[in-house]
Amino acid sequence: MDDTLRIAGRELSSRLILGTGGFANHELLARACRAAEAELCTVALRRLDPAARGSILDVLEEVGVQVLPNTAGCYTARDAVTTARLAREAFATDWIKLEVIGDDRTLLPDAVELVAAAEELVDDGFVVLPYTTDDPVLARRLQDAGCAAVMPLGSPIGSGMGICNPYNLSIIIEHAEVPVILDAGVGTASDAALAMELGCDAVLCASAISRAHDAVAMARAIRLGVQAGRLARGAGRIPRRRYAQASTPETGMPAFDAQGVSQ
Amino acid sequence: MNVTVNGESRDLPAGATVASVVELLEVAPGARGVAVAVDGEVVSRTRWPETELRDGSLVEVVSAIGGG
Repeated sequence: MDDTLRIAGRELSSRLILGTGGFANHELLARACRAAEAELCTVALRRLDPAARGSILDVLEEVGVQVLPNTAGCYTARDAVTTARLAREAFATDWIKLEVIGDDRTLLPDAVELVAAAEELVDDGFVVLPYTTDDPVLARRLQDAGCAAVMPLGSPIGSGMGICNPYNLSIIIEHAEVPVILDAGVGTASDAALAMELGCDAVLCASAISRAHDAVAMARAIRLGVQAGRLARGAGRIPRRRYAQASTPETGMPAFDAQGVSQ
Repeated sequence: MNVTVNGESRDLPAGATVASVVELLEVAPGARGVAVAVDGEVVSRTRWPETELRDGSLVEVVSAIGGG
């Protein structure tokens, strides 16, 4: 059965996207990337450091993954748009993970700047994947602006708090016409599994893996979590009930004393 | 002339180009994953050799790092 993820016409068989932020070194990143079986990895753009040894692009190419540049660190639409254009130039890709932050402690998106940047970038031919809040109205705005996916957070970046508002996330999923990718806040495998059970099309995870005690083991765990959640979603779960529904038939119960003669 | 490159003030000869600044930062010719903006506008790689900087130009040379 075809369970390919399609984003803007590109096909991906892995529903785990790996963020490359937070890894102690390139070697660990490569091993975690393999364990995650990711096909797509994010990179950020920063001032070139002549003293830096080795290129992350070489590492990712060696592992065999595609690069998804992001606008991490941008606080204004203008900066995000310029960064996206730099990324397109640097990596020869129209794809951009759009981040426009409104607050440096929560790293929550600035909705106003985000939408403005998304509109401008879509106009300029980019394939825009916006990091957004779990607000269904904002998600719809981004979709209407022409974004190729929406990427709602579960909780703040790097917080590991998982999905704080599964109800909002479900509403986003219910109304989305583009892929929904949980992005930010995953702490462990069960968070990723829950995202997929709720109906997300993919999960993007960075800190939960890169900052885990054993990044490679966690990469594998989260990969399995994503797969398990996806399978469970497709299997059609039982509904939640307040009262029990016996799984064993009531008829045919043996009686063990005179009072309890069965009917 | 005085040009700011990645936040640092540099003294460059008049007529210095984007290509010469990139070379200053020890970027190997043809290195992948590098992009340049001058005064907030992206300058594509093919135009690096012909784009001359002026006194007071703000140059940003960026490359990929792990992030996001």
